[in-house]
Amino acid sequence: MSGLFELFFTFFKIGLFTIGGGYAMLPLVQQEVLEKGWMTAEDIVNFIAVSESTPGPFAINIATYIGSETHGIAGSAAATLGVVLPSFIIILIVAKFYSAFRKSKVIGGVMTGLRPAVIGMIASALLSLALTVFFPAGLSLGQFTSYWFWVSLVTFALMLVLVFKKLHPIIIIVLSAGIGLACGYAGEYMQLIQ
Amino acid sequence: MDSEKQQADSPNTEPHKTADKLLALKLFAIFFKIGAFTFGGGYAMIPIIERETAEKRDWINKDELIDIIAVSESTPGPIAINSATFIGYRTAGLPGSICATLGVVLPSFIIILLISTFLSQFANYKGVIYAFNGIRAGVLALIVKALWSMAQKFPKDIPSIVIALLAFIFAAFTEINILFIIIGCALLGSAVYFFAQRRARKG
Repeated sequence: MSGLFELFFTFFKIGLFTIGGGYAMLPLVQQEVLEKGWMTAEDIVNFIAVSESTPGPFAINIATYIGSETHGIAGSAAATLGVVLPSFIIILIVAKFYSAFRKSKVIGGVMTGLRPAVIGMIASALLSLALTVFFPAGLSLGQFTSYWFWVSLVTFALMLVLVFKKLHPIIIIVLSAGIGLACGYAGEYMQLIQ
Repeated sequence: MDSEKQQADSPNTEPHKTADKLLALKLFAIFFKIGAFTFGGGYAMIPIIERETAEKRDWINKDELIDIIAVSESTPGPIAINSATFIGYRTAGLPGSICATLGVVLPSFIIILLISTFLSQFANYKGVIYAFNGIRAGVLALIVKALWSMAQKFPKDIPSIVIALLAFIFAAFTEINILFIIIGCALLGSAVYFFAQRRARKG
């Protein structure tokens, strides 16, 4: 029961404190999930791919997944309810007092701070994701000569070009999965990796 | 308008009530569809929400939708949830907001629940490990793009840039809890906003 409550409470906090869509959740999700040991840094990046290739927002997807992995269906219900509830309650209040909300100076001020803050925090989340992707065994000189480092770097550069050519995220994921598979088996064949 | 319609349909209020109940169910169905067919969530949903609620149906008009999106961006939580709750409430009150929110959440919930039952089973296959080694690099590119798009809409005045840099430095290089960074930036932004307004009033 306490486990379910912890899930609910953690995701309630994540839902309450992340303003803006998309990956605005990422910094807080990273912090909480790593701290509680629910997922590894690598798992989080993997799950972003799963979330991009399934319907629905990242927040709901990761709440459901972590809930289910740690406490089964009850866990997924608790975590998802937790992440949805703050939005739900706040929007009901806003919808009721809409004109007051629009003119509110407090909201204007808070948003003046949060819009840029979200960019800064996502940039930080991106940096730690990059470290996870390129240096899974920790930052060291030896990593620069590893096979997967170079595969990742080339894949990343290639996908970056394609992403800016507006290819759909799912195509990006399928292509990078293909590269990963091909390079994995090629590396094995050439005995570059075990 | 409403009373005219009621008089034309039926003199008592009963049909109106059942119509309301149906409306909540319709909201559930439409938002279930929106939730099931928008991959990646967030901004990908907006054109579909627009088509389903403002173009095909007259639940809200386009100006209202722009307001709803602006509110969704400046309140906590994912835009999909926020706009579902808001449109649901506007259209059919509390039952409407519950139905629309439940509708938009349920597809993700069901699909991820199914995935989680077999995702870990495949996690140790060599092929899956190789594929995910590639996928992680691709995901990184996707997030660079997401950040880039956000930066395009970013206000490029000095206070905003300073706040963004501070948030980045504290999040990346210190152990300070993200919640405190969020609260700190909100306070800093409020101070900036307050002084800007005061200067505007004086000038």
